[in-house]
Amino acid sequence: MLRFTLRRILQVIPTVVVVALLIFVIFSVVPGTFAASLFADGKRAADPQMIARLNEEFGLNKPLMERFVTYVTDLAQFDLGTSFRTRQPVIDLINDRMGASLQLAIAAMVFALVVGVPLGFLAALRPGSVLDTVTMIGAVSGLSMPQFWLGLLMMYLFALQLNWLPSFGYGDGSFRNLILPAVTLGVTPLALLARTTRAGVLDVLNADFIRTAHSKGMSEMKVVRWHVARNALVLIVTTVGLQFGSLIGQAVVIEKLFAWPGIGSLLVDSVAIRDIPVVQGTILVIVLWFLLINTAVDLIYAAIDPRIKQE
Amino acid sequence: MRFGFNFWLGAGLTVLVILAGILAPWIAPFDPVLDADLMSSELPPDATFWFGTDAQGRDVYTRILYGAQISLTVGIVSQVINSMIGITLGMTAGYWGGWWDDLVNGLTNVMLAIPSLIFALAVMAVLGPGLPSLLIALGLTNWSWTCRIARSSTLSLKSQGYVQAAQTLGYGDLRIMFTQILPNMMGPILVMATLGMGSAVLSEAALSFLGLGIQPPFPSWGSMLTDARQLIQLAPWVAIFPGLAIFLSVLGFNLLGDGLRDSLDPHMRTRKP
Repeated sequence: MLRFTLRRILQVIPTVVVVALLIFVIFSVVPGTFAASLFADGKRAADPQMIARLNEEFGLNKPLMERFVTYVTDLAQFDLGTSFRTRQPVIDLINDRMGASLQLAIAAMVFALVVGVPLGFLAALRPGSVLDTVTMIGAVSGLSMPQFWLGLLMMYLFALQLNWLPSFGYGDGSFRNLILPAVTLGVTPLALLARTTRAGVLDVLNADFIRTAHSKGMSEMKVVRWHVARNALVLIVTTVGLQFGSLIGQAVVIEKLFAWPGIGSLLVDSVAIRDIPVVQGTILVIVLWFLLINTAVDLIYAAIDPRIKQE
Repeated sequence: MRFGFNFWLGAGLTVLVILAGILAPWIAPFDPVLDADLMSSELPPDATFWFGTDAQGRDVYTRILYGAQISLTVGIVSQVINSMIGITLGMTAGYWGGWWDDLVNGLTNVMLAIPSLIFALAVMAVLGPGLPSLLIALGLTNWSWTCRIARSSTLSLKSQGYVQAAQTLGYGDLRIMFTQILPNMMGPILVMATLGMGSAVLSEAALSFLGLGIQPPFPSWGSMLTDARQLIQLAPWVAIFPGLAIFLSVLGFNLLGDGLRDSLDPHMRTRKP
């Protein structure tokens, strides 16, 4: 298990390196334009002197190879560069907002798990029932809905009409502020979890070892707890891992909608003003998080299902 | 091949969106951009303005009809690009193997490590907002799953008798790939593309909502929702109808894709008693 763990963690490193390269390449294909677009306000072209000064300050006029070497050496020292706009180190900007983002992402995933898994489970145990039909219609709707639109509607209903919850903002970081964004963000993983849990449980229920368990006189409760739940768990863990990626992506939109001070809204704001060092750094940190979560999922997976390790 | 109820519901919704987009210039009562009139802004739905009017006094119903054109363009073009990239890379990787296969595999893994909306956002940051950059961004985002499917199908089709017969006859590699292998894996790829259209429409809506996609005054469903947060208390219809349009069209693509998959692959059919 230890060797597997180490190997899996080491596998993250090359991916991060390649992603870092990819980000560098993407943002280098149009050289020089960032400084220009940063100052252009749409009405008149940017002052050439200002552009020259910015290019000088951030080394944007140096040859590509030299910039690349600086980028890599900085990265190796966990230096993500300096913001064009605020002149603060990017890593500080990200650190300030990391907490709020994690809080939101975890709350959303917990909500999805706590509601989605039991729903899928119950639906699978009584296929064709009203609960099953309603759950599956709800799931396909949840997957087809723009999350920010659902968020808007919930904001309208629960904050503006009923006045139960604050409509947006982090407030003093209280739980009440977290509810609407977390529920909104949790809807898609919830729908997917309900669907995969149902499919997984149905699959297990048809398996031979369940019939064996029944025929050797095991009680229904015990069969479900010992065999069904355990086997469905593998599928659930995988779904959670895969869903974290799109959850982190969607969080960008939801954070913006609810004015949540996380790295998602930092990313969107920086894209809008083309503060490229912040965009690069934020994306890299998001990818790193996603990879770490997937690694953790793989490890949990291996702990649940011993067959995985042998591959 | 038999199709279930869900497939037909999906097909119906999709046809509805296509008709709305094509017929918009004839059936829309107003002009989507020019008929702005501040005197009639934020009017609730009535007989003239079926879905009400927005902050600039434009007819929401008209703009939704025209918005279908943008959503369909984004969905179709981005999925054509995605499929072409995915098929080309996956098929050649599976057929040739070796270092090329390793390279494609590595690239696919890296792409899967970047959340797709984040990647699209990065591309939009470089190219700037607008429809062309949106098509490129979303076209480059979602090819990894198609690539994987194409690669694994090629691997299993490679050993089929008719492919080996073509090799014996001295067909070139590319000819074999495109005439013998590709037609036999179109099913799953079509399913991926249909489901991908749904996620492309959702991504377009999200990016436009953030102000990074289609720019106002062009009637994209996402950009119509941009100022909905400010307006929602006074004019909830400005928020409700464009979102409903996105929801129904994505639902259509998803049901269509699920239905196609179920009938192409009986093993994956959802078990229903």
